[in-house]
Amino acid sequence: MVDLNVMGIRPLGRVSFVAVVLGVLAVLLSTGVQAQTPGLNEAQDTRYHQLISELRCLVCQNQTIAESNAPLALDLREQVRRQLAEGRSNEEIAGYLTDRYGDFVLYRPPFKASTALLWAGPFLLLLAALWWAMRWMRNTRAPVVRRRDIDEAAVQKLLAETRAALAAQDETKT
Amino acid sequence: MRFAIPIVVLLGLLALFAVGLTRDPREVPSPLIGKASPAFALPGLGGTPPQLANADLKGRPVMVNFFASWCAACRNEHPLLMQLAKDGVEIIGIDYKDTDAEGLEWLTRHGNPYRVVAADAQGVMGLDWGVYGVPETYVLSPEGTILFKQIGPVTEQAWREKIAPLMGRAS
Repeated sequence: MVDLNVMGIRPLGRVSFVAVVLGVLAVLLSTGVQAQTPGLNEAQDTRYHQLISELRCLVCQNQTIAESNAPLALDLREQVRRQLAEGRSNEEIAGYLTDRYGDFVLYRPPFKASTALLWAGPFLLLLAALWWAMRWMRNTRAPVVRRRDIDEAAVQKLLAETRAALAAQDETKT
Repeated sequence: MRFAIPIVVLLGLLALFAVGLTRDPREVPSPLIGKASPAFALPGLGGTPPQLANADLKGRPVMVNFFASWCAACRNEHPLLMQLAKDGVEIIGIDYKDTDAEGLEWLTRHGNPYRVVAADAQGVMGLDWGVYGVPETYVLSPEGTILFKQIGPVTEQAWREKIAPLMGRAS
């Protein structure tokens, strides 16, 4: 066992250990409870959290403005909050932001000519993969021989020849 | 022949990468290009001039440059802006999210290339104009239409190839 005293770390007493655990728990639990955003009623607050979790922070591009603490994200959150308090609809607020920053601010960009490939691309790839898989499976399957394709006379001839050959072999042995 | 399809797919991917990887993902194209500049009214930095608004920018092409004393990249473009100002190019400065004292101090230390400097202490105009980082520079037509947006420092090349023709200058 490592002697903590030697390493210069004083082991915690049982009471202070429990205090630390309770403290950490209290911090973890308190972040789970969200205070209502000032100036918004309950319904607006729900929409606020939904909106900011679908808007991209342009400075830290892979974060939503809900997650980011960049100054721009703070400004955008405040803008969303103010417009909600003024009674604007979600579409109006998203429109305000796309007018200034483009569709890039939306984590779910609208379907239009410039985003068609983005939306349809994965499905097109899936279709291409399915088509390729089907082709591959068809090519590797054992060939099916149908009765009507068999030349009966040729089979009979081959059989007769084989029998004759075997009989000839037997004769030479005895 | 067996490898025709994989090779075509590979070439297609390479072509996509060749185009895609030369682009800067941090440059978000502005949807405001070709549109009227959003309305604004700001106090002058340090109280002079009393106010700056859209009407003050009409009648001739102007550059609107968002900068800040806390912005490191603004130092990079500053010598070029000073040079352009000396050549008579009209640049309007917007001190973005800064205090008047620090903004003025920065201009005193590094020189003032701006005909007018307004203070956007809260970043209100910046948000309306789609600014997401400084420096950013807009080129406005005499009618106040946004013709071009430079994201990041104005470079010699950007001036020569993009901005000078719009400002009616032969670089």
